[in-house]
Amino acid sequence: MTDTTDTRSHMPLGLAQRGYTGVIQHLAAKEAGSALSDVELESRLIELGFVEGARVEILHEGLVGRDPIAVRVDSTTIAVRRREAMAIIVA
Amino acid sequence: MEAPLLHLALVGTPNSGKTSLFNALTGSRQKVANYPGVTVERKEGFFVTPFGRQVSVVDLPGTYSLRGRSPDEEITRDFVLGKASGETLPDLVLCVADSTNLRLTIRLLLELKRTGRPMILVLNMFDIASRRGITVDFERLAKALGVPVVTSIAVRKGGTADLLKLTDEISAKLAVEPVENSWRALSVSELRATQREADRIIADCVSLPARPDTWTARIDAVVLHPVGGLIVLALILFVMFQAVFAWAQPAMELLKSGFDSLGELVQATLPDGLLQSFLQNGVISGVGSVIVFLPQIILIFLFILLLEDFGYMARAAFLMDRIMGGAGLHGRAFIPLLSSFACAIPGIMATRVIDNKRDRLTTILIAPLMTCSARIPVYTLIISAFIPAKDIWGFVNLQGLVMFGLYATGIVSALLVSFVIKFFMIRDFAPAPFMLELPDYKMPRLKSVAIGIFTRAKMFLYRAGTTIFSMMVLIWFLASFPQPPAGATEPAIDFSLAAMIGKALEPLLAPVGFNWQIAVALIPGMAAREVAVAALGTVYAIEGGKEAVEQIGQVLATKWSLATALSMLAWYIFAPQCASTLAVIRRETGSWAWMGVTFAYMLVLAYAASLVTYNVAVALGAG
Repeated sequence: MTDTTDTRSHMPLGLAQRGYTGVIQHLAAKEAGSALSDVELESRLIELGFVEGARVEILHEGLVGRDPIAVRVDSTTIAVRRREAMAIIVA
Repeated sequence: MEAPLLHLALVGTPNSGKTSLFNALTGSRQKVANYPGVTVERKEGFFVTPFGRQVSVVDLPGTYSLRGRSPDEEITRDFVLGKASGETLPDLVLCVADSTNLRLTIRLLLELKRTGRPMILVLNMFDIASRRGITVDFERLAKALGVPVVTSIAVRKGGTADLLKLTDEISAKLAVEPVENSWRALSVSELRATQREADRIIADCVSLPARPDTWTARIDAVVLHPVGGLIVLALILFVMFQAVFAWAQPAMELLKSGFDSLGELVQATLPDGLLQSFLQNGVISGVGSVIVFLPQIILIFLFILLLEDFGYMARAAFLMDRIMGGAGLHGRAFIPLLSSFACAIPGIMATRVIDNKRDRLTTILIAPLMTCSARIPVYTLIISAFIPAKDIWGFVNLQGLVMFGLYATGIVSALLVSFVIKFFMIRDFAPAPFMLELPDYKMPRLKSVAIGIFTRAKMFLYRAGTTIFSMMVLIWFLASFPQPPAGATEPAIDFSLAAMIGKALEPLLAPVGFNWQIAVALIPGMAAREVAVAALGTVYAIEGGKEAVEQIGQVLATKWSLATALSMLAWYIFAPQCASTLAVIRRETGSWAWMGVTFAYMLVLAYAASLVTYNVAVALGAG
């Protein structure tokens, strides 16, 4: 994956690499395949500050499978697994 | 007329500095207990305001919302709604925010407002926020939120003065007519709406500089590096265990010689006989042999509390998540398992941070396999008696290597057991999510850490004074009665109840190389592992006379074969020799069955490991 910052199409945060910065477009809990129910996953993401319009940046990645990721969400840093981050659609 | 006790409740997100504010307000005037029926810790403290108002303050579990998705969060919700059984509805709720990170707390506050409770927003850690260039228009913020706003610096002397003053002002004019509670569980769109409103209010009232905390970013560049981070973690663990073993030594020697001289004093002042034997062999050498481990317990909790307050524990969970995931464990299980090296009881209680039931159960089942500090006395005793203190390969101490091997075996077995559980129970589930805030690093506060250590040390000493003491009395009694007939030539203990019990059990334990004295020691060792050392001491002391007490290690070296000693070590890696751990498992899982499962699987592993160890050792000529 190369840096295609100018053609900003929507993508799940779960596919982004370290250093990626973007803005949350919407949440798509159905797409994530998380162990949580859609409503629960979406609620938790919102409670941790993942709402539309929030700026996100991937700061760090884990060793195995580049997972989990540490995401800067406005003024907070949150660790999530890529599986759950698939529910966060960014651009 | 004396004003009635004012009830305050502290509410906030995790990492908001709630607990350091609680410590700053109350100092050591704290009462730690459990909420009825659940194992959530209830922390209440007391203080007096400048106007002389008596205040009780409860530190509620951290939460991001009132949805109550874990027992901890349910407590917070029920408490604020006045639904918690046996609790008073708080007169005033202090909503505590980390001033550098207001978003999530302001959202929580907007939700809390619907409960109708009088509230103050406390902007904690305001000094850090100011240093970073964050400015707040307090009047505007208070107006937008509809609640008074005050700043505090919990870590500084006098940093809570404004908060205390405001509390006095508000409590003087607290509305008599109750405000209706209009809170109900928020839908997803309402959640989103409150977060949006919070963001709007913050944009309106708070000016944030663009730069995040540069220190945190710099430290994380190393600490969260995929490879470097793991090396740092390994180094931290290495230093921690080195400290627990090496640094604690002088203090332990001191305690030990203190108890020894106390024993000698008793021997010198009291006439020979039952009372002297009871005090010296039962009480002093028994309880003393356990209290000696206080320095190690303090050190391990010092490390755990420092790492927690610094903000490192969340990072460790981040680093270990996928690695532990391979064995079917959740990243958050790392903290409870690490605590289990001190003691499985706080470890098992700490599994509450894992909100998925299955992951939590797996962690609880394997936590007792982590080498807890109560095994240290047993390991140390046997290793120093049987393993020569020579260096191999020029720099590795053989005794230290064996110790390391015992720890490593415990960890590897825990991972294997977890893997088996995952394979049999939970194949068809997607892994539970790992979502965790990584807070900015903070200098740990001496006072907070000290209060934490003090609480743990008190619990340990309380246990030594109750459970262990009563076990030692029992052992002394069993080993001393019935008294030998006059003119008997064999050691007195051969006539005792302890010998009868031990000999009855001996056939069961003979295949793993245990003699009847070990069998006797293992029974009280069920109460707590370290008691076995004391019990062996008592058994051999009563058998061999008073000289034997001080050199229990030397006695063992003459009485046991190397194969027996190794078998005993193998036994102690696995054996469920701790009634308190089993009781906590019963309480935390709410089921006798899971306690039974733990007991059974550990016992089977212990017997098998000892059987193999003993027979291999005998075959190699160590019998």
